[in-house]
Amino acid sequence: MNSLKGRLFLILVTATGLIWLTATCWIYVGTTREVESVLDARLQEAARMVLSLASANGVGTIAKDGDAGQAPEMLNYERQLSCQIWSLDGRLVARSSGAPNERFSDNSAGFSDRRINGETWRVFTTEDAGKGVRVLVGDRVGLRDHFVAEIMKGVLAPLALTVPLLGFLIWASLNRGLRPLRGLADELSRRNADDMSPVETGTMPDEIRPVIGSLNALFTRVEDALRHERAITAFAAHELRTPLAGLRTQAQVAIAARDEATRSTALRQILVGVDRTTRLVRQLLAIAKLDSAPETMPANQVSIGGVIQEVIDALPSPDRAVSVTVDSALTNTMVTANREFLLLAVRNLHENAARHMPQPGAIRWSMAKESDSLAVYVDDEGPGIPEDEIPLVTKRFYRGRNKSPLGSGLGLSIADLALRASGARLVLRNRSDTTGLRAQIVWKTA
Amino acid sequence: MRILVVEDDPVLSDGLKVGLGLYGATLDIVSSCADGSAALAADDFDALVLDLMLPDGSGLDLLAALRSRGDRTPVLLLTALDEVADRIRGLDAGADDYLGKPFDLEELAARVRAISRRQEGRASPQASYNGVTLHPARLTVTVNGTDISLSRREFAVLAALMNRPGTVLSKGDLEAKLYGWQEEVESNTVEVHVHKLRIKIGRTKIETLRGIGYRMRPVAP
Repeated sequence: MNSLKGRLFLILVTATGLIWLTATCWIYVGTTREVESVLDARLQEAARMVLSLASANGVGTIAKDGDAGQAPEMLNYERQLSCQIWSLDGRLVARSSGAPNERFSDNSAGFSDRRINGETWRVFTTEDAGKGVRVLVGDRVGLRDHFVAEIMKGVLAPLALTVPLLGFLIWASLNRGLRPLRGLADELSRRNADDMSPVETGTMPDEIRPVIGSLNALFTRVEDALRHERAITAFAAHELRTPLAGLRTQAQVAIAARDEATRSTALRQILVGVDRTTRLVRQLLAIAKLDSAPETMPANQVSIGGVIQEVIDALPSPDRAVSVTVDSALTNTMVTANREFLLLAVRNLHENAARHMPQPGAIRWSMAKESDSLAVYVDDEGPGIPEDEIPLVTKRFYRGRNKSPLGSGLGLSIADLALRASGARLVLRNRSDTTGLRAQIVWKTA
Repeated sequence: MRILVVEDDPVLSDGLKVGLGLYGATLDIVSSCADGSAALAADDFDALVLDLMLPDGSGLDLLAALRSRGDRTPVLLLTALDEVADRIRGLDAGADDYLGKPFDLEELAARVRAISRRQEGRASPQASYNGVTLHPARLTVTVNGTDISLSRREFAVLAALMNRPGTVLSKGDLEAKLYGWQEEVESNTVEVHVHKLRIKIGRTKIETLRGIGYRMRPVAP
């Protein structure tokens, strides 16, 4: 059963039923025992009384009723006891009305059970050797059972009557108790898809509060993700519209220009703008790809030197004299990473280094192996990053004070994201030996 | 007309410098809020074209600071954030106009002309004084019903003088209207331009106050 209410109802009703059943059995056993002991005592007392009477009057006779052997009066409590007096030599001296002719018991003394004419009797026998009589007093067991049954009926009848009432009460309590849950469900189903406001916990019972707490935490996370996405979209729109505005303006200048020099300058600016916009679109696509990538990408053994070389070979030869050296140790170093993402990170770090060198300079790729980590360095001779901006430069579209004119503000974010997905870390430090930035890719190897 | 542009995209700001120059304006370009504040403190501009998302902050903060110190320079916001709410926020922060990127260069020029003539206290697109009528949109001037074409710089000198007729402008004031920071100021240019203007529009229209400057000659009594 999937309904909480149904389940609780079933459990409560079954438990109550079981308790009642146990109590009934207990009452039954207890009553039976009690009735037996009370009636046995009465039997005993009656026997002694008859014996004493017999003693007082000598061996008298008690009138024999004509209705001896009549059908047992099962449901009549008026004549419960029957009595027989036998002489010790085996003659029936007297019997009470309702008592059978057959001897109640063969015992000479004490209690016994005897079946006579299909009826079970409980018999107490006592004898007096001096008087020469034996007194047997019997009680119909059927009557005793009937007595117990009557008591049980008295107990069970009200119970049977209250069962529907109890069921109704349990059902109503459950309804009332579970109302906050239904309220919560209603509130959630009435919500708009973009309504991420937290659910009010004020009137909720303690048991539901953790659920609502988790739900609210989820809402917060989803909303953060949404807001983040919207911010990215807005930023992307801004970042694309600005170069487009530049392109349009330069095109209009080229059309309106009256002299050849102005026109060709405008056209060259258009080329620069197109290149920048192309790169920006590529970066945005890379970011989108990284955002939609699973937390961990399939990784295999990749030669880091090979990746660096591939990036350098693919780049258009720079028009400025930038020399690039790659430490030979890198060539034989294998790392566990996703090749595609590592390529993305290396390309962006390399471009970032190349782009920030206004004058001719050197980019150097090197590495250092520690006991528990492997670090790959790329050093440039650009202006570095102001210390207060270092935590910010990996944020999307953040362009610091030392920005390059062609930067999109995405390169270091892409490198950071791609390295994270490859199980590595990006660490940025300004060089201490000269001006410039040292970007480090760090793998934990331990 | 001297315009300050605060814009961090190099291709766009270059396009604005050349493009608005074609419409007779002299532009100074800065790429951050800090440089923008410094430029506004150092010089007078006829209009400010302001981007909102700048590397060191929001253009709105620059605008708010500008207005709070009582600067009345007309401001046009030029930004990619052109949702209605953004525009409202910009205008309420003290901007005079708002243009979303990408935009039409001619429209931008027209809007800048519109906000700056309002600043000069003029609703008419033309400025007229003593028989001389200036058409900023066409960069031409009409004298007693005759159209006369002027060079960009000649037009700028005449526009500056016509702006507040009767006020005397020094040579330095006029040079400031003609050249941006990066431009080399040639000596005697103002004199040369005034001389050429006098030939084109008539000798008596511009008056020289020796040692002080130039002004439009008041209407003869």
